[in-house]
Amino acid sequence: MSDISAAQAASAPEPTGAPEETPGSNRTLWGDVRYELVRNPVFWFSAVLVAVILVMSFFPQLFASTSPNTRGACQLENARAKPTWDKPFGYTNAGCDMWSSLIYGTSKSVIVAILVTAGTVVLGVASGTAAGWFGGFTDTVISRITDVFFGLPFILGALVFLAIFPTRNILTISIVLTVFGWTSLTRVMRGSVIATKQSDFVDAARALGATDLFIIRKHILANSIAPVIVLATIGLGAYISAEATLTFLGVGYQRPTVSWGLLVSEGQTLATAGFWHLLVYPSSFIVVTVLAFILLGDVLRDALDPRSR
Amino acid sequence: MGRYVARRLIQFLPVILGTLFLLHILSVLTIQIVGDPVRALFGENAPPDAVIQQLQSQYGLDDPCLETTGNPCVGMFVDRLGQYAQGDFGVNFRGRPVMEMFLERMPVTARMALIAILFETVVGIFLGVLAGLRKDKFIDNFVRFSTVLLIAFPVFVFGSLALLFVGLKLGLYLRNSEWAPEWLGQMFNVGYNPDYPWLSLMLPGLVLGSFSLAAIARLTRTSLIENLRSDYVRTARAKGLTTSRTVGIHTLRNSLIPVVTYIGIDIGLLLGGSLVTEGIFNVPGVGQLVFLAIQANDTPVIIGVVTILTVVFLIANLIVDILYAALDPRIRYE
Repeated sequence: MSDISAAQAASAPEPTGAPEETPGSNRTLWGDVRYELVRNPVFWFSAVLVAVILVMSFFPQLFASTSPNTRGACQLENARAKPTWDKPFGYTNAGCDMWSSLIYGTSKSVIVAILVTAGTVVLGVASGTAAGWFGGFTDTVISRITDVFFGLPFILGALVFLAIFPTRNILTISIVLTVFGWTSLTRVMRGSVIATKQSDFVDAARALGATDLFIIRKHILANSIAPVIVLATIGLGAYISAEATLTFLGVGYQRPTVSWGLLVSEGQTLATAGFWHLLVYPSSFIVVTVLAFILLGDVLRDALDPRSR
Repeated sequence: MGRYVARRLIQFLPVILGTLFLLHILSVLTIQIVGDPVRALFGENAPPDAVIQQLQSQYGLDDPCLETTGNPCVGMFVDRLGQYAQGDFGVNFRGRPVMEMFLERMPVTARMALIAILFETVVGIFLGVLAGLRKDKFIDNFVRFSTVLLIAFPVFVFGSLALLFVGLKLGLYLRNSEWAPEWLGQMFNVGYNPDYPWLSLMLPGLVLGSFSLAAIARLTRTSLIENLRSDYVRTARAKGLTTSRTVGIHTLRNSLIPVVTYIGIDIGLLLGGSLVTEGIFNVPGVGQLVFLAIQANDTPVIIGVVTILTVVFLIANLIVDILYAALDPRIRYE
């Protein structure tokens, strides 16, 4: 592991009663970040929200006892039933419980967002590091490729390819979003690597005879990953939003999958007929989830960027 | 300036060719892997092979290279480029040229995009300046909070909610009330009304611009705060210039440079967003064309319109880049 994370690991299990750290004392970069974060109420708010959303997507049974996909869970006689004191969320158009549909729909959006973020981070970090570190021809080729990808508006590009697929599922949606999403991380990583490359410690490592791969692994990655972390966190929110938008347009998930985008598109037409809960509840789940990730990314950006302090 | 424009034009050529090639290679690969869209159109009740072959040739999908996975089909790309150059972007499943439908619907979308751009730049810059000048005061926190909230609303969610609460509830009240003039009710309508070509596009336009409004407000704020700290502003103040002159002339002009860049990127967002808003508000524009084509599974229309929109996006970006050089003299000397 890199020196920075080792230092962080060493300082993590601090015995209780240790003197409170004050600004200006000797702390590592990540120690600084931690110091900033634990004192920020927005960080706690968004982190708790993100944690709840993750638990909701992996263990939905903790929040709702029956999945809307089990036999007999949906009764057509309940279709579009308005919220009551007993069932404050009412029922969906298909007669399923709205609350459990929303809970079980969480994973559909969140898993796509996690897969796409993981894919774009791997591709973006690898290509961005290669472009920034090696420069020259490699840089020219990678930069031109990203230029070409930037020429295609994100939603339009994703839409064309999803429209050609006869069936859309988690995998196809994730692949298409990854293909169109990785280039922004490439650009950020490239800039960050170029900035790090000029540091004295890189020259020192090279003078000591370190190989390219060793320097990239030990020094470059750890010191230039910060903006990627921020962008990836915001990206989780953005991809949830993108997946829901594509589903709404009709090129994402298809019935009978339970997903937020489908619930909104169903509610959108029925809300004008008086069934407001069909639109308002799924909308608020999407907005709160996206908001949680954006806030977390914003807080991380403020903590990681020393200039903004 | 002339040299910069020339260089930018020369750079433009490979990018537009590359983007069109990207669209081509990805669609060819997808067709090679999942099978061609003509067969997918019919599903299990496939018509005789002769009918399929005739349809395939009609949509230019009969090239044998589509059958070998991994073949980039360069010949097909060259043919397509030739067709694009003549304004031929394919036909829909009923045989109508995509270009004709596009031109017919373009004015409505252009009007809506214009409303969105005007709204987001005017209000966004205004909010950004207010927040930037009073950093960490109430107005700044308010702008920061509301813009984060606005960014968290996907366009389709915001549009659906606006349709329900503003277009239907408020709009119906206004249209039925005694006191409100006719135009006010039309401004908050649920759909497009050809009698009011601008007013009835107001609500979809505002929804479309809301995301970028937040982005522009934040960009303006950050770059204004950064510039207010710079040496030249201190010098201007020391010379005794009034605050309105230091902020309005010296700082603001420099702070707007990133905003102009953003507007270039934003055109892509607006084009994507127009599919959603036009679908929701029933606006007969280019976006609705794609929205309806998705529901009808009319793949040639989707590919054709997206190709045209990509070209529009690239040309718009080129224009923004050239304007950008007029605004920032440093760029030309690069």
